[in-house]
Amino acid sequence: MSMQTVLELENLHTYYGHIHALKGISMTVGRGEIVTLIGTNGAGKSTTLRTISGVLKPKRGTVRYQGKDINGMRVHDIAAMGISHVPEGRRIFPLLTVLENLELGGWNVKDRAVAKQRMERAFELFPRLKERVNQKGGTLSGGEQQMLAIARALMTDPDVLLLDEPSMGLAPVLVEAIFDIITEINKLGKTILLVEQNALMALEVAHRGYVLQTGEIVLSDSAKALAADESVRKAYLGEA
Amino acid sequence: MSAEAYLRPKRGLASPLTGVIPEEVRQTWFYKFLLFPVGQMIIFIVGASAVLTLLAYLVALLVPEPRPGIVLADQISRQLPGMIISGITIGFVYSMVALGYTLVYGVLKFINFAHSEIFMVGAVTGYEIMLRIQEAGLLQQMSPFMLVPTLVIGSGLLAGLLAVLIERVAYRPLRGAPRLVPLITAIGLSFVLQDVVRAFFSLTRNAFNLTYPLNNLEWLRAPVRLTFGEANVNVRVTSILIVVSAVIMLVALNYFVNGTKWGRAIRATSQDQTMAGLLGINVNLMISLTFFLGGSLGGASGALYGLNIGTVTPYVGFIPGLKAFTAAVLGGIGNLTGALLGGLTLGIIESFLNGILVYFPALGTRYTDIFTFSILILILIFRPSGLLGEKVDEKV
Repeated sequence: MSMQTVLELENLHTYYGHIHALKGISMTVGRGEIVTLIGTNGAGKSTTLRTISGVLKPKRGTVRYQGKDINGMRVHDIAAMGISHVPEGRRIFPLLTVLENLELGGWNVKDRAVAKQRMERAFELFPRLKERVNQKGGTLSGGEQQMLAIARALMTDPDVLLLDEPSMGLAPVLVEAIFDIITEINKLGKTILLVEQNALMALEVAHRGYVLQTGEIVLSDSAKALAADESVRKAYLGEA
Repeated sequence: MSAEAYLRPKRGLASPLTGVIPEEVRQTWFYKFLLFPVGQMIIFIVGASAVLTLLAYLVALLVPEPRPGIVLADQISRQLPGMIISGITIGFVYSMVALGYTLVYGVLKFINFAHSEIFMVGAVTGYEIMLRIQEAGLLQQMSPFMLVPTLVIGSGLLAGLLAVLIERVAYRPLRGAPRLVPLITAIGLSFVLQDVVRAFFSLTRNAFNLTYPLNNLEWLRAPVRLTFGEANVNVRVTSILIVVSAVIMLVALNYFVNGTKWGRAIRATSQDQTMAGLLGINVNLMISLTFFLGGSLGGASGALYGLNIGTVTPYVGFIPGLKAFTAAVLGGIGNLTGALLGGLTLGIIESFLNGILVYFPALGTRYTDIFTFSILILILIFRPSGLLGEKVDEKV
């Protein structure tokens, strides 16, 4: 199967001050794939996403998006190119209403009809948000905030969605709902790079996965193979 | 911040009305951008005036005759409308300058102490524009409806652009530095701006006491007579001009910040810069825009202030700037409604003190500032976040 590569990281080194957080990450994400990054706390999963979206600048290595080197580009330019990053902790604008949060997601949309159409689609995916459209973002529950964060990111109509810990802090029922939505969004043709601590769920929805350990990729395979892998099961799926 | 902090209902001062006014009305353009902001101003003015009037009569009760033959209560009754009107006038000036501090604080969490010089630049620009109009021989035939907008827009634009420039060259390179660093830069910039303006006018006009050419304007000198029951009050035309211009600008600002796409992006930037960037918003552009908004309000109010007091100098910004900063803190820094409330309150407090202190032996209007700032200290001891610190919805 020849899959077109959308996102390609090559030998990426990122630092937090003197801390060497990414030690030469190389990976690819193909069009229409769900790829997951799993690993323990501090393995560099979020750092990888932040480096892709331009929040952090890598010291060495390249990030290529659709064949173009996007290193050193400004965060909002990268976002405008079609990479949408839903960061850890959702980062809803707490004092803006649900509607305003969504409208901000459509910042780069010049055509009002298009913006309206995307808004309709967001409400179709997340009917709960429609009920709370005039409510302040900060008054939503954790699950609703996560839905809003994803809906807001979809307003930019991205090619690639970077999701950082979408299941964090949610009740099990909601975790399932969020993963269902991720699958659904993927069926709409979006490429997804998913960072998760809940490796079991992540490997269930993903096509491929990379295992990160202290800033390095130690394993990469199809999601099925990773889920069956002895060492992965021991380290990340909670098996003795 | 914890989730609970957001769950607490956050309401403005006008919240008692939210139950009375139906949701459909509250969502209308007319209510959101005209009735609500203007109503808020009226509520603040009436509220602050009422409280201070009460306090003034309380003082009169405690000290009935501060000087032999002078009954304080009578003096207060006689001066009340005048004190309120001059308090509102200066209050609006403070509010507009305070908004500059609070807008910038909202997005950068930093006090732009050079803002008082932006105000000063507005004041001297107003002078320069007015003088040029006079030199062109057009001043006499120009109607106030042409002259005042020309001054306000001219000074506002120049001061706004200057504020953007200052941010670009002096603050942006220090974005990652500890907070004290840009603060010191701002104070340094104040001195630079004062002396640059002084040098400019020394060279071009051979003076730096700049007197607005107001003397020959008939419409400006004739007071407007208002009658309150028995009492007649002469209101200066400049007071009316200031209040009307300020209300127009504040309503426009409120519309821009709360009603447009750009304003929404500014609010988003002030709440979470990184996230705003991730949505494709150019954060630096929003910061520049914020400086422009704050700077042009400051500059416009500088020109109005100049019209009001007549003579300005390159050092005229310091005291009003400090008081406007006080007003911003009093209302709750970072909060737009707070700046309005703080400015109006401070203006009215000051005007009452000016009216009353003269009757006290050994005190006088020179002591006004001591009382004003003592009140500020007291309020901050009991409410460190300012009057509207955590209460109002929109922090910008």
